[in-house]
Amino acid sequence: MTALTKLFRTTTFRLSLTYLALFSAAAIVAIAYIYWHTTVLLSQQLSQTIDAELKGLAEQYRAGGLEQLVRTVAERSGTPGNSLYLVADSEGRRLAGNLSAVTPDLWNSLGPVEFVYRRPAPGGVENRLAFANVFRLPSGYRLIVGRDIEDRRELARLVRQAMLWGLGVMALFGIGGGYWVSRKLLTRIDTLAATTRTIMEGDLGRRLPVTGSGDELDRLSDSLNLMLSRIEQLMAGLREVSDNIAHDLKTPLNRLRNRVEGALREPYGEPVYREALERTIEEADGLIKTFNALLSIARIEAGAGGENRESLDVSALLRDVAELYEPVAEERGLELKTEVEAPIFIRADRQLIGQAIANLIDNAIKYGTAATEKGKAASPEITVSARAEGATAEIVVTDRGPGVPLSERERVLDRFVRLEASRSEPGSGLGLSLVAAVARLHGGKLKLEDNAPGLRVILALPVDGEALVNGAARQAPSGAEIRTA
Amino acid sequence: MRVLVIEDDQETATFLKRALKESGHVAEYAGDGQSGLDLARANAYDVLIVDRMLPKCDGLTVIGALRAEEISTPALILSALGEVDDRVKGLRAGGDYYLTKPYAFSELLARIEALARRKSPEEGNTRFQVGDLVLDRLSHKVTRAGEAIMLQPREFRLLEYLMKHAGQVVTRTMLLENVWDYHFDPQTNVIDVHISRLRSKIDKNFGNALLHTVRGAGYTIRDSAH
Repeated sequence: MTALTKLFRTTTFRLSLTYLALFSAAAIVAIAYIYWHTTVLLSQQLSQTIDAELKGLAEQYRAGGLEQLVRTVAERSGTPGNSLYLVADSEGRRLAGNLSAVTPDLWNSLGPVEFVYRRPAPGGVENRLAFANVFRLPSGYRLIVGRDIEDRRELARLVRQAMLWGLGVMALFGIGGGYWVSRKLLTRIDTLAATTRTIMEGDLGRRLPVTGSGDELDRLSDSLNLMLSRIEQLMAGLREVSDNIAHDLKTPLNRLRNRVEGALREPYGEPVYREALERTIEEADGLIKTFNALLSIARIEAGAGGENRESLDVSALLRDVAELYEPVAEERGLELKTEVEAPIFIRADRQLIGQAIANLIDNAIKYGTAATEKGKAASPEITVSARAEGATAEIVVTDRGPGVPLSERERVLDRFVRLEASRSEPGSGLGLSLVAAVARLHGGKLKLEDNAPGLRVILALPVDGEALVNGAARQAPSGAEIRTA
Repeated sequence: MRVLVIEDDQETATFLKRALKESGHVAEYAGDGQSGLDLARANAYDVLIVDRMLPKCDGLTVIGALRAEEISTPALILSALGEVDDRVKGLRAGGDYYLTKPYAFSELLARIEALARRKSPEEGNTRFQVGDLVLDRLSHKVTRAGEAIMLQPREFRLLEYLMKHAGQVVTRTMLLENVWDYHFDPQTNVIDVHISRLRSKIDKNFGNALLHTVRGAGYTIRDSAH
């Protein structure tokens, strides 16, 4: 595609052409209308004047007979101007007037008529357009009064010419302007396209140029640049995750391999083999768990699980999950307290929210003991509570453990991040990542705060608006009571 | 128990056949969907183990075809696709349980035994008895050797599930799914702690233990005196 055809194909250029055509049509209509109207007006005026003069001459004729008429016409013909007169007998012979040869056509016609007559001119004779009224005198004589209207023909010619010139200039400006604007736009689009191609080829750091004029292309470039930044960030995240996965999955795999190899190295006998195999299965199970957790997080982050949402009472679910963990906490010498008020409804996937709450309580149990072991005064308790804060349901899990330092609170939500102090506990470093992903999927947030001492984790989720409305209706005193078993 | 394994991976199929035989079951094998469907039509099996991805005719279609012909042999679906919507699809097609790869054989065995048993009349029983332990589903009372045992509601349901499957191995995942309705991994050995609480109530002060741990698999309740 040549540069020119490319230019002609641009929307801007086509738009310019369309507008050019529309404006030309409008101009033609306007000028034609004015011209036509003017002509009609002039003709009317002309025939009125001629009629008046004809009437005057007829008076003369009635008063003074043919003689006076001939005299008056001869007199008037003498004065210079564009008035035309003729008095002739029934054979067409001229008695007076400045109109010479008259065709029989004109002669025989009656009333207003338009015709061409000859007039002596500096270079000979010229044909000119005239308008006249033919009046038949009682004696068979003819009186013709008219005006030279060659000027009007000239006017029509001028108007036509002006129209053509005007349209020509308009077309020139239109096409030229369209070309210029399209060229300008095309150059910018070409730059954008070229930059995009470089980015696609792998130069993710490149950004689209912004001229600073704040026009629509600038705004588009700005949005695209933001998108590119987000993509770059995601890519970096992905790279980090793959590095982490490589590390956190390869380490246990290596351990597993070493164990099997070690067992095989010498003929130790069945008990040793059996033990090695059992440990291998344990290790494999751990790997499968990590793998499943990773897949779940990836699926949740990709937006899966949204289709299984239902309206559920988060208070009841919280009580339920807390009950599941209560014996475990007790076994570890921790007191698990559940503070749940009225039902709070959210629209969520029960299994995902359940898993999130389970992860939070599990973390609290795993890490909530550390401070007490060091002999601190804090009582070894874990509290689990749910409350509605406006349109937000807050699930709060607190412990009295060592907490998470402020600088690490963002980072522990990332995959595979485990604090040094927690390395002794079994775990994959995926628990909080999963909770954060679940929160994001449901349009909520996960916040870590200082429980002084310990950690307070808040899982904030939007309340189910529909249930809120229904709930309010149910509480209204006038509403019909619905009893449920 | 007569089991049909429809699985295209030769090694997995051989392993399953051998392991099922060692567990005292008779296993037959089909390498693709079409021959699996033919076998399932021709013979009466107690349980089908169906891989989801199969040559010629995929697992869900096999089960769908059987259900359309009113052959209601319980079917366990094996699949690498383990997300909730995949499970729902599998169960909707007529599968009775959905097990995600990789799985432990003990889990698979416990599942198919539970599935085969599901057809038995015990499902509707209002009273379960194992040795001298009696659970009454109507009055929600549990007695051992005539002595009343007080259980929390959840403990009652746990015992109820175990007794319904008396003599069978019940895995931790089965308990979590059926007693708590959770389909996720609870990270810690929560089930073990609940079992040990239950055990202290029903077994501690009595001579012979009824609730046994099956190493590497799960739990079972049975009267070992017999």
